Amino acid sequence: MTAGPHQAPSTRNSPLTRQRIRSAWLFVTPLLLVLALVAGWPLLRTVWFSLTDANLAELSAAQFVGLDNYHYLFDDPDWWQAVRNTLIFAGVSVGLETVLGLAIALALNARFPGRGLLRAAILVPWAIPTVVSAKMWGWMYNDVFGIINHLLLAAGLIAEPQAWTASPDLALAAIIAVDVWKATPFMALLLLAGLQMLPRECYESAAVDGVHPLKVFFRITLPLLKPALAVALIFRLLDALRVFDLIYVMTGNSRDTMSMSVYARQQLVDFQDVGYGSAAATLLFLLIALFTIVYLTLARVGRED
Amino acid sequence: MNRQFMKITGKCATRCTRSGFRALVLAGLLTTMPIATVNAETLAISCGAVGQELQLCKEGTEAWAKRTGNRVKVISTPNSATERLALYQQILAAESPEIDVFQIDIIWPGILAGHFIDLSKHIDPTAIAEHFPAIVANNTVKGKLVALPWFTDAGVLYYRQDLLDKYQATPPQTWAELTTTAQRIQDGERAAGNPRLQGFVFQAKGYEGLTCNGLEWVDSFGGGTLVGAKGEASINNPQAVAALKMAAGWIGTIAPQGVLNYDEEESRGVFQSGNAVFMRNWPYAWALANAADSPVRGKVGVIALPSGGAAGKHSGVLGGWNLAVSRYSAHPELAADLVRYLTSRAEQKRRAIAGSYNPTMPALYKDAEVLAATPFFGQLYPTFANAVARPSRQTGAKYNRVSAEFYNTVRDVLSGQRPAGEALAGLQRRLDRLSRGGRW
Repeated sequence: MTAGPHQAPSTRNSPLTRQRIRSAWLFVTPLLLVLALVAGWPLLRTVWFSLTDANLAELSAAQFVGLDNYHYLFDDPDWWQAVRNTLIFAGVSVGLETVLGLAIALALNARFPGRGLLRAAILVPWAIPTVVSAKMWGWMYNDVFGIINHLLLAAGLIAEPQAWTASPDLALAAIIAVDVWKATPFMALLLLAGLQMLPRECYESAAVDGVHPLKVFFRITLPLLKPALAVALIFRLLDALRVFDLIYVMTGNSRDTMSMSVYARQQLVDFQDVGYGSAAATLLFLLIALFTIVYLTLARVGRED
Repeated sequence: MNRQFMKITGKCATRCTRSGFRALVLAGLLTTMPIATVNAETLAISCGAVGQELQLCKEGTEAWAKRTGNRVKVISTPNSATERLALYQQILAAESPEIDVFQIDIIWPGILAGHFIDLSKHIDPTAIAEHFPAIVANNTVKGKLVALPWFTDAGVLYYRQDLLDKYQATPPQTWAELTTTAQRIQDGERAAGNPRLQGFVFQAKGYEGLTCNGLEWVDSFGGGTLVGAKGEASINNPQAVAALKMAAGWIGTIAPQGVLNYDEEESRGVFQSGNAVFMRNWPYAWALANAADSPVRGKVGVIALPSGGAAGKHSGVLGGWNLAVSRYSAHPELAADLVRYLTSRAEQKRRAIAGSYNPTMPALYKDAEVLAATPFFGQLYPTFANAVARPSRQTGAKYNRVSAEFYNTVRDVLSGQRPAGEALAGLQRRLDRLSRGGRW
């Protein structure tokens, strides 16, 4: 943040600057080493495995097979179904979480008694481990003794019990609903932090001018909140793209709801096909990398404006 | 845990003197003298930890340790069988001597065979002959006895005695009978103000459990078990199509649509809360359905799964666990002796009485003390004796893939996405390709 690139060229070669750069490297090197060890090495190993026919039973006997695994992957309709499920899941859940999170953040930003308590309370879903909440929702969704059917039937919203997690048409929607329930508080908290940083003056002058609250929201709040919103969005999106636990606990290896991570795990562990599973994992990594690059590019363009 | 491993692996000295030690073990066995006085060793065994499993395993190994003067470390493993397999594979692929005896699932001998010693060279043939031949055959891969049976399992049918009595029905002998009885009771009870009652619940989530259920339907109609004895895929036949058509007809009539996401525990949840007439499950549900807090306590009966009709038979899929000795163990002789002890008649009897674990020996199903503890063992003897093995032996390392192809296909048929005939023809083609024409 402080060193180098933004300073004038004339000072770049001064002894002080050079010393600063040296000590900066000194501080950063351990981090880079750790990153290379815990993130870089496994990643490279996965990419290498994806080019071989490695088997979990005998990893050492792996033979180089070039891009064969990727060929098979592109031919597999189950893989494309998994890609589709992942993109739908990520798009819909993050979209809903953003809208709901923003609404909750705006409400919590207002001053009212008991605000602190309420802010803590909405975090409960986020604090429950995903496996626990997935299992809990699984029971609540049960078609025979689940509470959801019971409530909806009692309210007259459905005519007969629905098989929420079993029906191919409903299962993905049911899973998305649980993710929205769980991740909205996180989104709301990030946006609330952003809201509290906004300068009060703009709102005061808007109030003096008698601007309509909706106009205030779209002309002042939203543009000022954009950086916080972008960070929250990318956080959730990267998280949602590699979704595994929620789907695996609620519907297992069912093809109707299988995400890319679930697909990769099934190949890697259940079928012991390390080569093929690694190819799936590598493609998932590339997809997430693509989203990150797009985000970083957009953020840079935004900053230069 | 790590410290335990260190202790075990640290004993290099014993490896160096193994041949001399083996002679001592043999001498010890011949003279029936306690081996302990000669050389005390530490073995490690991996045991399941579901319910009473770990406790019973500890008691059994301690008894052996006391008798022989050795020590046994019990290592508990993940409850999920799939995760346990992945862990075993990592340990075995690294040729690690850390665990000497492995508790393995009935479907793993084909996958793991290469890592285990041939127990038939270490165990008295008369002791092997005491077990059900079907399980011994399942555990024999390419002429090598990979594991000894420890306890067995088979799919059975649970029914509500009180509801059958109310409608003057008898426990069904065929699937067709089950269908009509379930429909009649479901209709009657729903009309009488019990809208949630379901006729029949089973396991149709996309996982190994659906493979078991599906194979039971297909085999009971005489449609075989997916892959023939010689390895040829055999699923595309009229009996299999008829079986799946029947099962698809249950969804939305006598079985709720939600059954497509039920595993064992979810079907038990519906049955045990009093919301189902029939349930397909494993024997473990018996003790729980009759527990003090169970709403259906004392109202439940168990029989063999129905047959497919006049030409069919009663088929329950074989489950259960076995004990195998690692090829990388530093003390294979000693480990084999531990396996011999744990799978012996006396120890299986103790486990059957204390934890209702199904013995793997026909003789114990006639034992008065065992029958007093779990009465239905006697009545269901034919089910356990003739349980149908999944094709894990023929398909070896590819079994999980075959199973996934099968349960995905069955699930497509059940959910009405594809007709049975077309789906099974497609499955046959994929299995032929996967097996390279039956060679695997």
